[in-house]
Amino acid sequence: MKESIKLTINEQALTAKPGQTILDVAWANDIDIPRLCYLKGLSGVGACRLCMVEVRGVPRLLAACVARVTDGMEVITDSPKLKSYRKMVLELLLAERNHICAFCVASGNCELQDLAQSLGVTHVRYPYRFPNFKVDASHDRFVHDPNRCVLCTRCLRTCEEIEGARTWNVRGRGIHSVMITDLNQPWGESPTCTTCGKCVQACPTGALVEKGRATGEMTRTGNLLPKLTSMRESGR
Amino acid sequence: MSKTITIDPVTRIEGHSKITIHLDDKGKVEEARFHVTQFRGFEKFTEGRPFYEMPAITARICGICPISHMLASAKAGDELLAVRIPPAAERLRRVLHMGQTVQSHALSFFHLSSPDLLLGMDADPVERHILGLAARHPDLARDGVWLRMYGQQIIEHLAGKRIHPAWAVPGGVSRPLSSESRDQILEQTPRAFDIAQRALDLFLSVIEKFEPEIETFANFPTLFFSQVTRNGELELYDGPLRITDAKRKIVADHIDPSSYDEHIGEASVPWSYLKAPFYRPMGYPDGIYRVGPLARLNNADRCGTPRADAALEAFRALAKGAVLSSFYYHHARLIEILYALEQIEALLKHPDILSPRVRAAAEPNRTDGVGVAEAPRGTLIHHYRINDDGQITWANLIVATGHNNLAMNRGITQAAKKFVKGSSLKEGALNRVEAVIRCYDPCLSCSTHALGQMALRVQLMDREGHVLDEQKRV
Repeated sequence: MKESIKLTINEQALTAKPGQTILDVAWANDIDIPRLCYLKGLSGVGACRLCMVEVRGVPRLLAACVARVTDGMEVITDSPKLKSYRKMVLELLLAERNHICAFCVASGNCELQDLAQSLGVTHVRYPYRFPNFKVDASHDRFVHDPNRCVLCTRCLRTCEEIEGARTWNVRGRGIHSVMITDLNQPWGESPTCTTCGKCVQACPTGALVEKGRATGEMTRTGNLLPKLTSMRESGR
Repeated sequence: MSKTITIDPVTRIEGHSKITIHLDDKGKVEEARFHVTQFRGFEKFTEGRPFYEMPAITARICGICPISHMLASAKAGDELLAVRIPPAAERLRRVLHMGQTVQSHALSFFHLSSPDLLLGMDADPVERHILGLAARHPDLARDGVWLRMYGQQIIEHLAGKRIHPAWAVPGGVSRPLSSESRDQILEQTPRAFDIAQRALDLFLSVIEKFEPEIETFANFPTLFFSQVTRNGELELYDGPLRITDAKRKIVADHIDPSSYDEHIGEASVPWSYLKAPFYRPMGYPDGIYRVGPLARLNNADRCGTPRADAALEAFRALAKGAVLSSFYYHHARLIEILYALEQIEALLKHPDILSPRVRAAAEPNRTDGVGVAEAPRGTLIHHYRINDDGQITWANLIVATGHNNLAMNRGITQAAKKFVKGSSLKEGALNRVEAVIRCYDPCLSCSTHALGQMALRVQLMDREGHVLDEQKRV
């Protein structure tokens, strides 16, 4: 296997290691690619489709968080086409659940809100679905509101890969998917949850929040999980 | 043949509504009805939400007085936590509430009602609005805009933004006040006093021109309902409820706000989305009562602040018992602006006002909580029930405009009987019927509307609903 790979991102000549994803390389070279389901330190799943990039010679768009770099790859991370698709993805996410910033506890500390603002989503062109999921406030310290979930599965991966508890799961398919704790039990009755709160830190929206927080009060320590992971890896 | 005249929409109020005037077979006014044509549903769709979100959710009921909803909601939240909030938090909430009162009363008097008072009820509707006022009385219009800005800036200094801030929370407020903000508000207060006093003097100087309106603008005996302090003074933020009659005799006093439903019943009418509350012991519809500035000044023994008490003397001299004409809501509102400014000054000069201790932390300790505050337009009641996880299972909101519903209907009937003659649709007469509604400054649980952009449609209809005549103004 070659020791280094040569590629270009936005016509900038770069060198990468085999096995790195396009997002890893972009990140290392201060090239910003919008992302929502990706969280440094967790495995990539390519769920949100916001990090899609164009690769010359490839007829479809690739998710930068899971696509590995190859020698001679020419990547474009920003174009009118990508902008339009990313806006569309965000609009679909916003239409799918009840993302009402006006009284959301995560307003001002929400990655979905930040992305919508930075990508200029001023309107949603799709009809809102207005689901009516039951809020689970049975846990002593945390609240799960599936109405604000984007199904990024960061909570699931955090619980499985960092905490090792595997409390979170996905129930249902497609648009009917919903995050559940254990075998769809109330969170407060979960036999596996350690109450560590890392899933709440990992959540990009107001779907998982600390109990008792009022509107706009849910703050997160943004780099806690990447730090945890790197500390563990360096200790190995 | 009996006919119906429709005023749709009613202009220069907050929200969507229409008035129908029903004529009998002889063409005389039989009854007028105030229809609130918008539906909101907050009590239903908040079910299941964590109660901590309620102040921010219910603040969105209105763009004019979001603060009142936020405070009543936060107070209901305090009850659910079963905590006494830190003294500095209560003072800060009071300052915020006074800022809200000043801006809302300024909007009602200067922007919405003074065109009627200064340009005349019969003035051309093309000019009878705040911009027409600015052309004829530029200083007054400027005063109005400045005073409203002053109130809004207080809200911004304390809560972070002028409309729909999320600052009052169950247990207190989320941030303390900075000394810079306090000093800036205090610096501007003398100018606010000058404007408020000038507006009051101006009102008193023009009032004699409006004798027919004073006589017929909802001028009838009702009960009055409001909060007062424990020693009977004017109170806008927290206190027991008092009910007085048309002679200013106390009917019920020292009512614990949490027992409001023992005294107030709510009726629904098929022609409006607005409920019609009534005083239970007298039943529906005889238990008619009024809330808001007029009711508060009729109910209070005194204001408790020197400038407002001085102004109250002239108000008391208007009648032997209670002041009954709803036209005097304007007068009461101006006195309350003075009171609010005096309160702001006193509260901000309190040594504890900058204290960082502004929030009591607790888990829910009760499942039933009532929060009551005097919104600019009258008593506002938020009542929540929660489950053991802190989620709303039931909510009941009684807003000021609801309390006044029966009185507004009777008021427009009275004015229509006086000013609407037969089937002729005179502009001035219709404006007077609308102006009765405007006296109450109703907030139809809505956000602000651009002034002067709402068309007025008046229809004359027979009993079968055929349009006999129609007038439009834009």
